[in-house]
Amino acid sequence: MAGYAFILILFMSLLAFYIGRSAGNRFHVAAGRDTHSLPGYHGAFVAVWVGIPVLVLVLLWLGLQRPVIDQLLIASLPDAMTAGADRAQLSLYISEIRNVASGRIFAEPTEAIRIAANSLVRWEALARWAMLVVAMAVMLVALIIARSRLTPRFRARNAVERVLSGLMIFCSLVAILTTLGIIVSLLYEAWQFFRLVPVTEFLFGLRWEPQIAIRADQVAGQGAFGAVPVFTGTLLIATIAMLVATPIGIFTAIYLVEYANERTRKMVKPVMEILAGVPTVVYGFFAVLVVAPAVRQTGSLVGLEISPNSALTAGAVMGIMIIPFISSLSDDALKAVPRAMRDGSLALGATRGETVTKVLLPAALPGIMGGILLALSRAIGETMIVVMAAGLIASLTFNPLDSVTTVTVQIVTLLIGDTEFDSPKTLAAFALGLVLFAVTLCLNVIALRIVQKYREQYE
Amino acid sequence: MSSSDASLSASFDWSSQTAAARRRKRHAADRRLQLCGIAAITVALGLLAVLLISLISNGYRAFVQTMVTIPVYVNPDHVNADDPARGNYRAIVAQSLQALFPDVTDPAEQRLLGQILTNNSQFFVRDRVVADPSLIGRTFELTTPAADPFDQLEKGVIRRDLPESQRRVSDLQIGWFDKLKAEGRISTPFNWGLFLNADSRFPELAGLSGAIVGSFYALLVCFLISFPVGIAAAVYLEEFAPKNRWTDLVEVNINNLAAVPSIVFGLLGLAVFLGFFGLPRSAPLVGGMVLSLMTLPTMIIVTRASLKAVPPSIREAALGLGASRHQVITDHVLPLALPGILTGTIIGLAQALGETAPLLLIGMNAFITAPPGGLLDASTALPTQIFIWADSPERGFVDRTSAAILVLLGFLVLMNGIAIFLRQRLERTW
Repeated sequence: MAGYAFILILFMSLLAFYIGRSAGNRFHVAAGRDTHSLPGYHGAFVAVWVGIPVLVLVLLWLGLQRPVIDQLLIASLPDAMTAGADRAQLSLYISEIRNVASGRIFAEPTEAIRIAANSLVRWEALARWAMLVVAMAVMLVALIIARSRLTPRFRARNAVERVLSGLMIFCSLVAILTTLGIIVSLLYEAWQFFRLVPVTEFLFGLRWEPQIAIRADQVAGQGAFGAVPVFTGTLLIATIAMLVATPIGIFTAIYLVEYANERTRKMVKPVMEILAGVPTVVYGFFAVLVVAPAVRQTGSLVGLEISPNSALTAGAVMGIMIIPFISSLSDDALKAVPRAMRDGSLALGATRGETVTKVLLPAALPGIMGGILLALSRAIGETMIVVMAAGLIASLTFNPLDSVTTVTVQIVTLLIGDTEFDSPKTLAAFALGLVLFAVTLCLNVIALRIVQKYREQYE
Repeated sequence: MSSSDASLSASFDWSSQTAAARRRKRHAADRRLQLCGIAAITVALGLLAVLLISLISNGYRAFVQTMVTIPVYVNPDHVNADDPARGNYRAIVAQSLQALFPDVTDPAEQRLLGQILTNNSQFFVRDRVVADPSLIGRTFELTTPAADPFDQLEKGVIRRDLPESQRRVSDLQIGWFDKLKAEGRISTPFNWGLFLNADSRFPELAGLSGAIVGSFYALLVCFLISFPVGIAAAVYLEEFAPKNRWTDLVEVNINNLAAVPSIVFGLLGLAVFLGFFGLPRSAPLVGGMVLSLMTLPTMIIVTRASLKAVPPSIREAALGLGASRHQVITDHVLPLALPGILTGTIIGLAQALGETAPLLLIGMNAFITAPPGGLLDASTALPTQIFIWADSPERGFVDRTSAAILVLLGFLVLMNGIAIFLRQRLERTW
């Protein structure tokens, strides 16, 4: 039904545009140069008047219809059922009513539920038709009002442009709204979690065992939410990734900036960019299929016991993924060092190597650091490689040959599958997400500041 | 100290042994650095090569499928012509197979024999008979995929020289399979099923069509949201916005948003779209909305760059002729910036196509055996399909996963190719 509503809005807007434009055309013929706006603006003015208010209305309607009907359903249930019931109980009633209404009956529903289901079907049909009728009426009224305002002297263009500006401002606010949405939803859900588990236990506890039993009185029904092992695992894997990526990335950048000829640069750069463009799920599969067995075999050759989901595997593959970020940002930083410094060093008789290590690198260091911080933030937030290649059990270890788990792995494993929204398991994922967001945000802000500040120095 | 400095400037013997040795040392250090650079590049490109080679060497096998062609006699005892959909097709397939091997009489061995064909062969027979009831009582040739172990046997993944206890097919089954092969009943055509079938528990039947359609819908939604919103936001920030604290905030915010981990967007989608607005799980609509929020910063940044590239003289000329600022943008600047914007859009969409983590959180990793019919149907996407298959234990899914990755990479190469083509063909420099 929503689809029909949108098609109707589209059709009516087109119709309105046509009506407005033909009016504008007539003004043009009658009044000639005295008309203020071109005919198209008259059309656009009427179309905007017809389309936008009703679009907002329909979207609001679609968003509010369900909660309102839910409230009506609750109100229609007999008092004996709703008296003293908490929110969870009420939402259980609602879902039962909806199941019955859509024909998914497992047990014989009670009389009250059946009546409620019948009224649900009736109300929903009513709401659907009411929406179409109301939308149509609003559009017709808007069409008449907008059309009646059109005169040869009417400043249709200014009105349309004001609306366009408003739309553009709204669109640029979407980015802010997204950030706000992230912060609010993470904070809200994490706050729910911290009502069940104290913040101090989450941040400093040493046991992470979020298994929740089906019944509250079962063993392990409590779960343990001390996130320290998860944090250390994340740090361990990110460190390994950085140990792999940083030297390779920086040496690559040095070679490309200082030693390589134009042809090599032109060939190597796009190929390195492929490394960055490969989806991370592919790296995850690569880690499981190729790298993990190779690492295990190498380990057994020298007599080391390496777990199949070792931190080493996940970290190393993540390092490969990060190489291009570090190399291209270091590349930028090295290139930003003024030509005069390099030429001066070379003119004094320093070799290229000495120029790089003693002049270029120190000068470019802040930029390179910024790049490394950005890459670190990416390593901490990376999901698919670790979900596929790292372990699930949180163990407090710094041994890279052991299996560890990361924040992102835990978020995914806690949220995959059908989990209800108010179990501590689900909420714990949001608390982890909040930590992840805060940490990567700090890293990003610092890194972006460093990179920007450094760029300005030589410009 | 000072005396040696003086002697250095006055009469330093540049060709002495010590100077030459020091020079050699310095040049060796220079060469070492250069070698380090070459080694780093070699390692990086070598790893890329290993990645691609391992994917191709696994994936190429999934592009052909071992098929078995057997004559099927539709025994009227098992099918009622009035209601062909309810016949005992399992028995029909089993009897047809046994007709080829009259000497196999032991029930246990007959069961082993039946394992050569894919589990769903009976449904293929049923579909044929339902479509054409005149087949009842007649014999027709059915070409059906071989079961996964025999597919692997034919492709040489299961080695015949292993002891019988270590492979998934017994010597007896290999004998039957070789007999079928000698009769010319085994063929390995191109595996269209990989593109035309939806997901299945059986590797020989599993295909990507559901994932491709799901990815298409999600990308469509992503495009429909992020393209107009991104352009509008970029135009406002670049052309209209005053320079003040608010617009600075928006700008910093956009840069940060581009670097937020993708899984956080998944959490946002889960909490807001699924939890608050009650949209359906696993729907391409929600997936596309989450992806569009992720793509938006890229879109805005790219669009602003191409708006900046349009020279001010064009704006000034249009303004000078009496156009309003909006007219300047819509009639002159945007058309000139469009190639750059399109290139950026395609690259942004390519990134969104490969994104997995946020789709996992909103449930687009469901096991669904039919392509989605609309934006609100449950579905998977290409990367999540890869994730599901990578978790499946059957050997056949390793090949399928690699093949699916090759398909995904193929789409990415295609999109990037189009972007490069557009850039070269349409983009202008002033």
